[in-house]
Amino acid sequence: MDVLTLSRLQFAVTSMFHFIFVPLTLGLSILVAWMETRYVRTGNVTYLRMAKFWGKLFLINFALGVVTGITLEFQFGMNWAEYSRYVGDIFGAPLAIEATVAFFLESVFIGVWIFGWNKVSKRLHALSIWLVAVATNLSALWILLANGWMQHPVGYVLRNGRAEMVDFMALVTNPYGLLKFTHTLVAGYSVAAFFVMGISAWHLLKKNEPEFFRISFKIAAKFGLAAALLVLMIGDFHAVEVARTQPAKFAAMESVWETKKNAAFNIFVFPDVKKECNLYEEFCIPNMLSYLAFHTADGEIKGLKSFPQDERPPVTPVFLSFRLMVGFGMLFILLSILAVVFSRRGTLEAHPLFLKIMLYSIPLPYIANQLGWIVAEVGRQPWIVYGVLKTSDAVSRSISTVQVAGSLAGFTLLYGVLGALDVYLLARFARRGPDEDLTSLVQPFGKEA
Amino acid sequence: MLFQITWFVLWGVLWAVYFMLDGFVLGVGILENFLGRNDAEKRVMINTIGPVWDGNEVWLVTAGGATFAAFPTTYALMFSYLYTPLLLLLFALIIRGVSFEFRGKMQGGGWKKMWDAAILVGSLVPALLFGVAFGNIFSGLPMDAAGYHGSLLYLLNPYGVLTGVLFVLLFVEHGALYLSVKTAGELKLRAIGVAKGIWPALLTVAALFLAMTGFATNLYGNFFAVPALFAVPLAAVAALACTRLFTARGRMLKAFAASCFTIVLVVGTGVAGLFPNLIPSSLDPAYSLTIYNSSSSEYTLKIMTAVALIFVPVVIAYKIWVYRVFRGPVTIEDVETDEHAY
Ligand code: HDD
Ligand code: HEM
Ligand code: HEM
Repeated sequence: MDVLTLSRLQFAVTSMFHFIFVPLTLGLSILVAWMETRYVRTGNVTYLRMAKFWGKLFLINFALGVVTGITLEFQFGMNWAEYSRYVGDIFGAPLAIEATVAFFLESVFIGVWIFGWNKVSKRLHALSIWLVAVATNLSALWILLANGWMQHPVGYVLRNGRAEMVDFMALVTNPYGLLKFTHTLVAGYSVAAFFVMGISAWHLLKKNEPEFFRISFKIAAKFGLAAALLVLMIGDFHAVEVARTQPAKFAAMESVWETKKNAAFNIFVFPDVKKECNLYEEFCIPNMLSYLAFHTADGEIKGLKSFPQDERPPVTPVFLSFRLMVGFGMLFILLSILAVVFSRRGTLEAHPLFLKIMLYSIPLPYIANQLGWIVAEVGRQPWIVYGVLKTSDAVSRSISTVQVAGSLAGFTLLYGVLGALDVYLLARFARRGPDEDLTSLVQPFGKEA
Repeated sequence: MLFQITWFVLWGVLWAVYFMLDGFVLGVGILENFLGRNDAEKRVMINTIGPVWDGNEVWLVTAGGATFAAFPTTYALMFSYLYTPLLLLLFALIIRGVSFEFRGKMQGGGWKKMWDAAILVGSLVPALLFGVAFGNIFSGLPMDAAGYHGSLLYLLNPYGVLTGVLFVLLFVEHGALYLSVKTAGELKLRAIGVAKGIWPALLTVAALFLAMTGFATNLYGNFFAVPALFAVPLAAVAALACTRLFTARGRMLKAFAASCFTIVLVVGTGVAGLFPNLIPSSLDPAYSLTIYNSSSSEYTLKIMTAVALIFVPVVIAYKIWVYRVFRGPVTIEDVETDEHAY
């Protein structure tokens, strides 16, 4: 394998690993902040115990999000030096802004939250977790505006042998970036909602602290339903934006080979890349695809054949990932509707099968997130900046195969171990349940064995 | 012009503040294994940095991000040329970060010893590597039209290693002084002992460094051109002397402040000597990366200046507030009765 392939693999491994932890951080920070706010408002100690229990899981997850992020920032320069040189004028700005505006806020106030139980007032303590939540979401905004620019470059000119920024506001208001931001945000919220519902379901099945976990479940269920609906809605708009700006990706997502108007949507399709057609197409809904792509029935879909071979993304992974993601999206809506209904009626425990399903659904939103990124990033190939710079021209010239093979092996090993430890810790602390010890209410974060 | 110089200054400030802040965290991480006689003492030390280490590390992320945004060519070449050392640095920082969090949550069966070792490696390696990297940046990297001609072994030249040792000693001294402010009793006395014990070695290495800089680098060129600049290294030496004076008098907070100044002024000396280079070429000055041939467009620099002017003061304000919230020493009773996450 060459430096290019290895670097792509390494970017995939490290960013997908970072993105195991980030979505939960995005959503769980809000849920914990909400619980603590309820405590401050009502004085009900259950909410305080909730904030602490879910907060502990939040922190275990957060630790890995922090340490794996720095790798990504360094990697742009280490492995993608030609890219960084070529687009740094415009791409570096959002990254630097992210650090200045979001990471400082987040890292400082997470410290206040962890260590400040006895040092700051109740209100200030609750405010600090809100600030963490705001900062995480802000950091997502800037990183995704940067990524949105790679997907749909705006506000630049090619000058002095590189892309130079001429319109910062265009970068900030790039519809592609804003859709990416909002879609990813709510996708993260659904990860957190299913995480809280799943763990609560386990405890409800065990009849552990039913009151505590019923309330937790209920909060997460409402949050999850709102998130699941928004994921679909924004995802639909996002698809329209993709069809408009990256027709080759859209064609791969839907496995469309021929250019046509009034295109139909087939529920069962499978691409045959060699023959440049589909193996089969079943359950056809007339005009639907054109509608999905352009929100009008007679929109013209460009087929893959209208792009030269070397400007088509890998069709099968993009197609499969997209189908699966959307399928999961539908499933999440269904499950969260049931979750809201049962938790409102107070009949969760009467549906043990449903609770089991919710427990085993914890990984699904994680998988849907990874699939979405495969669609976005693999579907962008062969471009690293769509229509401007090819991935093959972006890789560092001064690094060797041995170096990158070594670093890839190192990251895989290190991340493998850390991931295993993290899952082990999350499972252990999730199973243990909230602290019963009443003294720990005064002295938060009771003694840890 | 103006904006390039502004960003050069900011670039130097970001690195200086990063070393000032993460320096004591790295130092405490190195000392944790040696100063603590039992688990409670080790936990006290980890908890002195608990609320602030992540916020301090973000200065590194910001320094990296600012290099990317303001001097993209330098960011691209520096990070790809220094691939292997940066990789080791990343591994070390990753290990350090998770160890702080996980040490308190996984203690049985040898895990605690493992985490202690991880904190040591995760602190010592970055301290050394930063020094080696900056030593080599001061003396210049072997780069020309064909690219980079160095390797990890090349970087371990005598001057690079000397700078590495200087950084380690600076940070250990800095960490010991921080502990002398943030702990009490026995531990505090031991921390003061270390600070006193390290100091002569630090002074010797610093003197050697200043002397060798004359041979191994062109940093003094700027100083001879503008002799007023000599005030910076002189102040660094004076600050270093003050750390010892204040330590002798038991004024530990002042000693720590002097140590902060020492680190900032050491970085300041290097950066003042580099100007207008970011990374000189040791082969041919024509291929040096300067603030003129590697910067972003003026438009980008203006935007970034506006962002920095608005947000950096805000960041500094809440950072100061946080240090005030957590002021005062951490004691063994604190960690035993009021167990935090670490
Ligand atoms: C819980 C996770 C999740 C779920 C259920 C969905 N998505 Fe999604 N999707 C993501 C999580 C995600 C993501 C990981 O967040 C991505 C990757 C890049 C991005 O912008 O969001 C993504 C990407 C992504 C893209 C490609 C963006 C690009 O190429 O830049 C489209 C068109 C959609 N989504 C559309 C949908 C639709 C129509 C869904 C129907 C329900 C859907 N997504 C469900
Ligand atoms: C956090 C969620 C993300 C995931 C899971 C992810 C996943 C991936 C994957 C799988 C690849 C390899 C694609 C291929 O080479 O075929 C890739 C490449 C890349 N991504 Fe992402 N990505 C994420 C976010 C981002 C963001 C936010 C940025 C920019 C700010 C970004 C920049 C890049 C770059 C520069 C490459 C390498 C060049 C390329 O292959 O196109 N990624 N990513
Ligand atoms: C949707 C995409 C992403 C989101 C929402 C996100 C969010 C986060 C969060 C919450 C953290 C912890 C911050 C802290 O230190 O307190 C973090 C760390 C970090 N992320 Fe990501 N991230 C995303 C993708 C990426 C990508 C692709 C990059 C690469 C440019 C990146 C760069 C970083 C860096 C450099 C850190 C380390 C900050 C630190 O050390 O404190 N992130 N990210």
